[in-house]
This record gives sequence, structure tokens and C-alpha cells, in this order.
Amino acid sequence: MNVVEMADNPGKTGAAAASRISWSALRKFALSTIGYPAVGISILLAVWWLGGWVIENDEDISSFAGFAPQPTFLALMNMAASGGLWDMIGPSLYRIGMGLLWAIVAGVPIGVAIGLNASMREISHVPFQFLRMISPLAWMPVAVLAFATWDAAIVFLIAIAAVWPVMFSTAQGVRRIDPLWFKVARNLGADGLQMLRRIIMPAIGQDIFAGIRLAVGVAWIVLVPAEYLGVTSGLGYAINDARDTLEYDTLGAIVVIIGIIGFILDGVCVSLIKRFSWHQQG
Amino acid sequence: MSAGINIDYISHTFKGQAEPTLKDIDLTIKPAERVALIGRSGCGKSTLLHMLAGLMLPSEGCVRIHGHTLTRPSAKYNMMFQKPSLYPWMTVRQNAELGLLFAGKKDPDKVDRLLAMVGLSDKADVSVQSLSGGQQQRVALARSLATSPEVLLLDEPFSALDAFTRSDLQDEVSRIVGSEDLTMVIVTHDIEEAVAMADRVLIMDANPGRLIGELTINLPFPRNRGAREFSDKRTELMNKFEKLVGDDASPESSGQIDDSAASFAAA
Repeated sequence: MNVVEMADNPGKTGAAAASRISWSALRKFALSTIGYPAVGISILLAVWWLGGWVIENDEDISSFAGFAPQPTFLALMNMAASGGLWDMIGPSLYRIGMGLLWAIVAGVPIGVAIGLNASMREISHVPFQFLRMISPLAWMPVAVLAFATWDAAIVFLIAIAAVWPVMFSTAQGVRRIDPLWFKVARNLGADGLQMLRRIIMPAIGQDIFAGIRLAVGVAWIVLVPAEYLGVTSGLGYAINDARDTLEYDTLGAIVVIIGIIGFILDGVCVSLIKRFSWHQQG
Repeated sequence: MSAGINIDYISHTFKGQAEPTLKDIDLTIKPAERVALIGRSGCGKSTLLHMLAGLMLPSEGCVRIHGHTLTRPSAKYNMMFQKPSLYPWMTVRQNAELGLLFAGKKDPDKVDRLLAMVGLSDKADVSVQSLSGGQQQRVALARSLATSPEVLLLDEPFSALDAFTRSDLQDEVSRIVGSEDLTMVIVTHDIEEAVAMADRVLIMDANPGRLIGELTINLPFPRNRGAREFSDKRTELMNKFEKLVGDDASPESSGQIDDSAASFAAA
């Protein structure tokens, strides 16, 4: 329950009690949404600044001083002002999006199938566990050979990294469905398609998005090294480029951007999981 | 409209088992009759009920309703389980109208009427997760009735409820079965429940599961549990059960049949 609701619903306890409750709730709310994150960010910045200070004061490595917070944020502002930011982020987001889309298109139906059917689960177990343990980057040479464009190869690498968590989380969700739910729905006259649409999909919505959340994490990690491949756009390319031109402040800025976007993507997944969760809140 | 049920020499042996779970069950249930099946654990009463719903098929013999052999489940023969088994992401109303949705029909007035009948009009749009066990079972009842079934099959539906809620719901279901002119079969391990709800009580024994006796309860509805005739019938049924099944045998909850055996995967 959030603060606004509490303040709006004083109930029968009287205004004084209500205001007391809402004050303590307000404090809790402020701490958890502003206070604690602020402390965490401050510690991170302090460690970063300390690292930059050490580098700057060591003659052997002082040429890397661009990594420190101040030059990094200056570079970030310059990039934002010059409008080059979107040209860097856009292609990366497109590749992530396409990779995830393919992972979902393949992972959810296969996950539902192996969740429902024990034989298919047994048959697929060894091949899937084998394929899953291959580093997505090990597919790089295959991807380069198999796809006509660099873009398609990168999307493939992301998809093959992201498909496993989506598939296994979906299958796990299906296996956890109460068998009585199937029985009742069959008794009420559901056909296969209705069972899928009205019972299975709503029942496993949160599991699918939990899988997608894990997939986003993996995909976002794979993206940068995948973009070292041939392409001349995207965050991975920009990092490589900044390294080659010794622009360490730009490099630091790109790292910050990667972190921020990753954080936002994860937040979107968390809110989707909540949206599709039917477990009673609180 | 109610339906008569013919059970023609059903025997059933589960896969991987040597002994049959059900053996030569032969029974006719008249339209609008109310039958209770009682028996000890593992006597196959729940299995038999699943066959009346078309959720399982017997390895020998058949079930006929209106003279037609049952081959698959239908909303016309609706089963209620011990667990209400509502869909937690749906509201009370969405749960109640699910059978209509599957049939491609919409009938909000009927759903309103059913929710009023089970006393949940004011809860129509709340999540079923906020309801008590008794209220959830009422939603399940409304859901069962929404598709206008001819046969209502009850698999120990009240055994997880407290005593007061249980007898309330027994009376309520009896009233509705009467007013909707339904054929009813209830599986129970509760002698009192059988006497409160059935016209005829069938006693089953295990290994293999078979019918070994019956008792007619010709008391009018609604039944008064405090009446002399009621306790006489209860005593008579208890004595008959003990004589037929054995002395240490109070009928207890039957082992739930393996849910996965009748689940979607087996469809």
C-alpha cells in the first residue's frame, strides 16, 4: 500500500491516528524510494572518484585519467548536446529488441510444449542443456557465416543467448499449473486453443516475464562484445572506437550509458512481472 | 432439464496395475435423482465420478446419458471438486461466466441471477483471492450452474469447509438442485452429508471397487437435521455400512485419484 492510499483512507481510526500512520509510512516510503538509493549511488560515485584520483596521481597510468567521474560526465554532456547519443543507442536497442523478440517467439511456444508434455521434456533435455552451456559468443563464427548481414548475425547471437531463460522459465511455469485448473476447464468445455488462451497463458504470464527479465540481463551483456563484429554503429562499436582513439572519457561515458539503459530495461521487466502476476499482493 | 444416467458394467484398471480399481459397476440413475456414493479410501468412488463427467473413460463398459455413450467431458455434466479451483487472476464474475465464454455465449443476466442465488452479488467484481473458503466454493457452484448442466457431480466438495458453512452449503445445493431440476451424484465420506442430500445412498467396497448395498432416504427437502426421522436414517445407514464393509470401517476420505492422470496432458 502506498502513502497516498493510506492518507486517503484513514478508516475509522480517526484523523490523528491516520496522520500518525501516514507520517511513518511517508518516512518509510521516502527512505526506500529516495534515501537508500541515494546512499547506494553516493557510495558508487565515491569509489569511482577514489579510483580516478589514484589513477591521476600515478604517473605510470595517469593517461587513463579520463575514466574519472568528472571527465566522464563532461563527455556524456557533450555527447548528449551533439545529438550523437541516439545514433549510438538506437541500433543497439533495435538489435536487443529483435534478438529478444526471436527468443520469445521461439522460447515461449517450445517452453509451453515441453512444460505440458513429459516425453518432449525428456527428449529435449540433453540437447537443450548441451546447447545452453555453449557461450553465445562461441557461435560468432557460425553466425558470421550463416547470416548475410552483420546486423542479422548480432541479432542471432542475442537471440541464442536469450532463448534459454525464456524457454525454461515458461516450461517451469506450465509445470506448476494446478492440474485441477485443466480438469475444471475441460469440464467447462474448453478446447485446446481456449485452454491455451484463457488458462495457460494467464497462469504463466509472470513466469514468461521473469524469464524475459533474465534474458534481458544476458542479452545486454552479450550485446557489447557482439557489436565488436563488423558493424559501425551501436554501443559495443562505440566502446571499441573510443578505445582505439584513446578517448577514455568517452569510453567511460558509454559505460555509464550502458549501465543506465540496462537498469531501465530491468525496471521495465520488473513492472511487467508485477503487472502479470496474479499472486495476492501484500 | 435433467438427465438419466446408465452405467453399464463398468470395470477399470489403471495402467501398470494388476488389480482393477472398479469391477462390474452396473447402475441406473433416474432423471432428477440425487445419489450419494460412500465408501472407504481407494474404493474407486472418485474414479467412478470422473467417469460420469467424461473426464476419464472406463477400460470396460460405458456410461450413457440420455442413452448416448459418454466419450469426452461436457459442460452438461458438471463436476465440483473438494478444492474450489477458481482461477485467481479472474474476478468472481469472470470465474462464474467462464463456461459461457468457452461456449461462445454471453449471458450477463444469467450470471447476475446465479451470483444472487449463491449470495455473492455484492462481490461480483472482486478478486476471488479475497474470498473465504465457503465463498469460493459458492463461486465454483455458480460457475458449474452457468452452463445449465443436466447433471451435477460433487466430489467431496464441502469437506474442506468448517461445519456451519458445510451444512449451509449442503442445504443451498439441495435447494438449487431441486429448483433447477438437476440429477445429482455426490461422493462423500460423511454419513450425515449423504443423509442430508441424497434420495439414495450407494455403499461401495474396495479391492476391487464395487457396489455392495444401498439405502433409500425418502425424506422431504429441505431436510431437518434435528428431526427424529433424520437421525433414524443416519443410524440405519451407519449400521448398514458397518455390517457391509466391516466394523473398523468408518468411511474416510478416499485417496484422491492422481490428478495428473486426468489432466490436460492426457486429453
